[in-house]
Amino acid sequence: MILQVDNVTKQFGGLTAVKNVTFGLEEGEILGLLGPNGAGKTTLFNCLNGVYAPTMGRIIFRGQDVTGYRPYRVARLGLARTHQIVRPLNELSVRENVVVGACYGREGLGLRAATRVADEVLELVGLHERSHQLASSLNVAQKKRLEMARALASHPYLLLLDEVLAGLNTAEVMGMLATIRKICERGVTIIMIEHIMHAIMNLSHRILVLNYGELIAQGAPAEVAQDPVVIEAYLGNPEMAEKLLEEEEI
Amino acid sequence: MSAWRQPGLWLPLLLVAAAAIWPAFGNNASLRETIFTMLMSVALASSLNILLGYTGYVNFGSIVFFGLGGYLGFYTVSALGWHLLLAVPIGGVAAATLALLLGSAVLRLRGAYFALATIGINEAMKALVINLDFLGGPTGMNLNFSIYQEYGGPAQALWLTYWALAVITLLVIVVSYLVKKSKFGLGLMAIREDEDAAEVMGVVAPRAKTTAYVISAFFPGLIGVLFFFKNGIIEPESAFRLHLSVELLVMVMLGGAGTVLGPVLGAAFYQRLRGLLLTSELFKNTQLVVAGVLLLLIVLFIPAGAVGWLRHRFAPLRRLLE
Repeated sequence: MILQVDNVTKQFGGLTAVKNVTFGLEEGEILGLLGPNGAGKTTLFNCLNGVYAPTMGRIIFRGQDVTGYRPYRVARLGLARTHQIVRPLNELSVRENVVVGACYGREGLGLRAATRVADEVLELVGLHERSHQLASSLNVAQKKRLEMARALASHPYLLLLDEVLAGLNTAEVMGMLATIRKICERGVTIIMIEHIMHAIMNLSHRILVLNYGELIAQGAPAEVAQDPVVIEAYLGNPEMAEKLLEEEEI
Repeated sequence: MSAWRQPGLWLPLLLVAAAAIWPAFGNNASLRETIFTMLMSVALASSLNILLGYTGYVNFGSIVFFGLGGYLGFYTVSALGWHLLLAVPIGGVAAATLALLLGSAVLRLRGAYFALATIGINEAMKALVINLDFLGGPTGMNLNFSIYQEYGGPAQALWLTYWALAVITLLVIVVSYLVKKSKFGLGLMAIREDEDAAEVMGVVAPRAKTTAYVISAFFPGLIGVLFFFKNGIIEPESAFRLHLSVELLVMVMLGGAGTVLGPVLGAAFYQRLRGLLLTSELFKNTQLVVAGVLLLLIVLFIPAGAVGWLRHRFAPLRRLLE
């Protein structure tokens, strides 16, 4: 078990963004995190990597209680993430961005070794031809790749991907999926938030669904897709819809 | 070490060394005073740049370290009778210690709030010194003329001060370059670009920021001792001059924040300009207005400063200018 999340709750004043979420994660797994907008997916990520301290509950990462750790401590233990809204270090070059990840990540490499790792990772995500450009000059798809490269360069045990496919065109999505598979083959465990259904259904070994901060379903992709509770969360209650239609006919 | 072969390092060093050696020919005392002011600005601006340019924290009150170092150094020389070269490191260590104590608190603030806090620190320190009798209170302290005997007379003492400043200035540039090229410096620049993202990548921002703050305080502490020893008098108003802080910001922004060469060129140019303005009939009373307008124009039109603009505009220069 690489990650154990126990009854994690996060409240902002009166609003409960994440409520009593409990799940475990095995090494090498790809876990999909689904849920409508505002369901608390990103907040859950923020709790896992230390951006927020959970109001209640515990997070055990590789046998160590990391609840309430600052983000840099969590990062050094080998948990990396990308941001839904990209956060490039604009005035640094693409390569320097990735070197930061390698220097300050799990291995804490020196500059020279970090540069080697950065070049290798940039090759993997397909940004090696742009390594000397400023990060601000990249387009959105490339910035998403940069986010991923930075996270990968830290050689994490666990990688949290927050909507890396959003805003990409079909060809770019295919490219990104191939990259994610490659990362998984290297033995990195992944949790990904995604809205593109076919992508997450194909990639994930297991899926969790959040709604209003609560875990409403979990299981294999096919099971979750058939789950009435999940369908209701996304589309509304099908029976209720039928009833309403019937009433209208009368 | 391979760093010595980089033009980014030896170009600013060469410029400063050439300027520093100049007054030695013909024992020219008035030229020495001009260059003293210039070297001091270069060193203070380069120190400020470590926090302002690399880390992205605007320090409006950087002069507090200069004043504090100056005061403690002055006290050790005049009241305790220690040698100048012993007093200099005391000033530096005092300034660095203050930065270390304050750092973890004020560096939690960001943007304008941090800038305001730094002004507060300067004013608070000035108020404190005014109330300390052993430092002379509001009237400050004078250096007894007989102290110069130890250095072989006043002239020798002034030359000693000058050469010490020249060495410190070169040292600041070397440190500025090494910081920029190090893993530590990369962490600082990551903080400058996006502090939260940097923390997510594992940069221990509180520690890195405090270290940068301490480095950028240490050198002004050293230089304060030299400056006030040379002047022979120290007062609260001259030690904690807020407008000097603002002028240092102009120098860094003018030359190019976040570059090694920028503060050197910016400080030299600004001091030259200031000299011209102070001696002109028209501008002699409004020299600070010109500084203000200059800052405004830079921020609006070339926020990267001269060196930053050149690097951006002419790619081949990037290997040459750091």
